[in-house]
Amino acid sequence: MGEIAPAAAPLDRTALAELRLRLAENLRARAGEPATGAPRELLVCAGGACISCHSLAVADELESALAASGRAGRVRVVRVGCMGLCEAGPLVVVSPDGVYYQKVDREGARRIVAEHLGAGQVVRELELAWDAPDGRRLAGREVPFFAQQVKIALRNCGVIDPAAIEEYVARDGYLALEKSLFELSADDVIADIKSSGLRGRGGAGFPSGMKWQFVREAPGDEKFVVCNGDEGDPGAFMDRSLLEGDPHSIIEGMAIAGRVTGASRGFVYVRAEYPLAIERLGNALAAARRAGLLGEDILGSGFGFDIEIRIGAGAFVCGEETALLRSIEGKRGTPQPRPPFPAQHGLWGKPTLINNVETWASVAPILLRGPKWFAAIGTGRSKGTKVFALAGAIRNTGLVEVPMGISLRTIVEEIGGGIPNGRSFKAAQSGGPSGGCIPAAAADVAIDYESLQELGSIMGSGGLIILDDRTCMVELARFFLEFLVEESCGKCPPCRIGTRVMLNLLERITKGEAVPADLDTLEALGRHIQHTSLCDLGQTAPNAVLSTLRHFRAEYDAHVLEGRCPAGQCKALLTYTIVAEACSGCALCAKACPSGGITGEIKHLHVIDQELCIHCGACLSVCPTDAVDAV
Amino acid sequence: MSGVAPARGGQGRDDRERAAIRTGGKETMVTLTIDGRVAKVREGATVLDAARAIGVRIPTLCQHEALEPWGGCRLCLVDVTKKEWSGWEKMVVSCMFPAEEGLAVSTASERVVATRKVVLDLLLARCPEAPLVQSLAREYGIERTSYQENPEPTDCVLCGLCTRVCDQIGVSAISTVNRGAGKEVAPPFHEAPPDCIGCLACAEICPTDCIPYETSDLGRTIWGRRFEMVRCPHCGRAHITKEQATFYAGRGGVPESYFLACDACKRKQMAKTFTSLAVAR
Ligand SMILES: Cc1cc2nc3c(=O)[nH]c(=O)nc-3n(C[C@H](O)[C@H](O)[C@H](O)COP(=O)(O)O)c2cc1C
Ligand code: SF4
Ligand code: SF4
Ligand code: SF4
Ligand code: SF4
Ligand code: FES
Ligand code: FES
Repeated sequence: MGEIAPAAAPLDRTALAELRLRLAENLRARAGEPATGAPRELLVCAGGACISCHSLAVADELESALAASGRAGRVRVVRVGCMGLCEAGPLVVVSPDGVYYQKVDREGARRIVAEHLGAGQVVRELELAWDAPDGRRLAGREVPFFAQQVKIALRNCGVIDPAAIEEYVARDGYLALEKSLFELSADDVIADIKSSGLRGRGGAGFPSGMKWQFVREAPGDEKFVVCNGDEGDPGAFMDRSLLEGDPHSIIEGMAIAGRVTGASRGFVYVRAEYPLAIERLGNALAAARRAGLLGEDILGSGFGFDIEIRIGAGAFVCGEETALLRSIEGKRGTPQPRPPFPAQHGLWGKPTLINNVETWASVAPILLRGPKWFAAIGTGRSKGTKVFALAGAIRNTGLVEVPMGISLRTIVEEIGGGIPNGRSFKAAQSGGPSGGCIPAAAADVAIDYESLQELGSIMGSGGLIILDDRTCMVELARFFLEFLVEESCGKCPPCRIGTRVMLNLLERITKGEAVPADLDTLEALGRHIQHTSLCDLGQTAPNAVLSTLRHFRAEYDAHVLEGRCPAGQCKALLTYTIVAEACSGCALCAKACPSGGITGEIKHLHVIDQELCIHCGACLSVCPTDAVDAV
Repeated sequence: MSGVAPARGGQGRDDRERAAIRTGGKETMVTLTIDGRVAKVREGATVLDAARAIGVRIPTLCQHEALEPWGGCRLCLVDVTKKEWSGWEKMVVSCMFPAEEGLAVSTASERVVATRKVVLDLLLARCPEAPLVQSLAREYGIERTSYQENPEPTDCVLCGLCTRVCDQIGVSAISTVNRGAGKEVAPPFHEAPPDCIGCLACAEICPTDCIPYETSDLGRTIWGRRFEMVRCPHCGRAHITKEQATFYAGRGGVPESYFLACDACKRKQMAKTFTSLAVAR
């Protein structure tokens, strides 16, 4: 299997079918599916996180080592998208062996070529493996991080070279588009999306099939299809990884929607902070145009569709659909009251279908494998899978796609590999800044749109931050609210003024200046802001506060009634003392103390004057022997 | 009011036009109830239009008949429901929600009043000294805000009327800058706005009169910019800025001399013309 010729000329359906036949085995092997006769390939993660750990240099090193050992023509190095376990990057996979190597550097690259390819010996020190509690050694795809996942949206991420349209095609790419052009009627497609139970993955979870139908039925000779790739949640990178690792899956989903709704133009709105996603999507669009999969008369069907990229300037609120559409129109991104909904009155007043990146990537598999298959995954009203960006106090941080209905416990303990540093699991924050906290007590609840909402949180776009027992829930709520206060567009008073008032109250609590009535004010005001704000930013802004008030009330009470921060995080509430046995008398703390509150002679025990201490924590951070105690 | 006048010819649509857009020209009437009273309005009218038509008062701050509804101030919130919603009520802004057949609107239910009260309480925290906000709040029994007062009080409620009217005239000399609590209305870079024509529309539309300006025969100042006045060739009254005259002339294809005459003299001139016509006949 040599180089794959790039598709320079338009492809017809026969050519597409041939490509699929020719490359299918090869790609199945890469994805760990049963395959025969696949050539040996080295997959190097070229996702954002691995690139920043120099994975591209690793790929180059692999290529030169291959050349030096005379394997250049026989073993290909493929630069693929994010494999999910960014924590362990740069990742290299030897296919079809299914051996995963982690934290590979140039030296590691040379060893993989010499030992694994040369001597047929797996490089144990670099292999991604896990010793299970029952004594078994699990390696590669068997480790729970991969084994517990179900990949639909991410099916090609980490498997294909996003720059090679042929590889996407070989994974049955554009077959769903062909089906929607030549086999299914528009109503069939909508019926499939509806009965699959797919709901929007961008936040609100609106049934996608219904939205498609609204746009299809909306009167108008011009309609638009939009992909929301704004991904404003700090720390989230689901959509970025998809745009970088499998851009054609989004293009295909949008083209199908264009055919179904009668739109001939699409826009992908990507934030400017994602240059690699913009570049790869741009290349993919160009490749799809060259292959005749975008543009006029696609595959001779008479249907024409094309997509433009629009780059967002970065405000969080620009991810809100009405603000995003205004931004595409070249206006300032300010949310508009709904109704009218974009489906009736969207871009330039025309019916517009807007879906999230992950929603778009889920469309083609539903049409190919059937809505029943998709609907069999998940819970009563939440079907299929959800991609989460797993972060925080967890061993395996990264990108995971799990079936709806999975428990938080499975995510934390198995996929996430548990809480590091001997700490315990306290809560999870889902849904980004607009989301709420789920306490460890609810770890066995089946996660879906409904259960998260009942718990006072939201699915959101899929941020999932794991918190250990050192997290102060009041401070956490303050942190997220502060983000939203700054991102509020300021159009409506509940959000602009109300969230600011709530933030002031939280600041008082973390400083020990609050009175018990403040907690009631917080709660009442939070509910009003939820009901009166113009857009979902304001309507969800109180979630972090209200959910922590609900699940961690005792922690708030400790701050307000006892002036104590149980997690030991709120500096102003801590009492700083120096532990005699540990103090070396270096006097660094005395120098650092801004209030002159520490006295002692060099090489002798130092003492903190509690009257003078302003609780700044400087002594704690400078002490070289950890002699400062803060409780 | 020379400033607001052109707005009527701009994008501002009344319910009749909106209805025409929805129904493709046909005019249909819809019947709804507001606080138990029946209202009959043209399709395309908003709930607020319908309430006003039967004399039910709903407080508003960001709504103006010359401008597109904006839905920002949240004061005009009402509850709406329909028979088929089986008791479920939705809180919506009446200035934007379309009056629909069979809709039942409550403008003063306990929930609506409580909610509106919180909005006013918050506005009062921002604008503790603005007489309009004070009097609206007082209507809802609030004398002082229950929240922490804005350390830098302002009278601007950020209703956006000023920037929207300026946009509508086609000038866009001012806009809102910053996000969140730091949001304010300002000319670009906080400098005297180069595009401003000194029409005073923004100051006149401002519900809290918080845009300062000075105007006299000798000149006019607004947003830190000084304007020369043009005198009416007939009576000598200074009624319009030079920039206004040029701007209007540049638009409608009407000669600048038309705008130079003040309204009073234009009327007089017109009367004269009619009289002479009548005499001639
Ligand atoms: C403040 C705010 C930010 C949002 N940011 C995003 C975003 O970054 N990406 C996204 O897909 N949806 C975002 N949404 C949700 C969108 O408004 C919209 O619901 C979504 O794009 C619809 O697509 P879906 O039905 O496929 O989820 C945001 C909503 C709000 C209120
Ligand atoms: S809720 Fe917040 S972000 Fe949304 S329109 Fe109102 S002020 Fe702007
Ligand atoms: S916490 Fe700050 S003020 Fe208090 S003793 Fe340490 S350095 Fe000094
Ligand atoms: S006075 Fe200037 S800023 Fe105000 S509406 Fe007129 S042109 Fe706009
Ligand atoms: S200056 Fe006046 S008109 Fe402009 S936003 Fe403020 S209150 Fe409204
Ligand atoms: S970027 Fe390499 S695993 Fe995520
Ligand atoms: S008048 Fe309706 S929101 Fe301001």
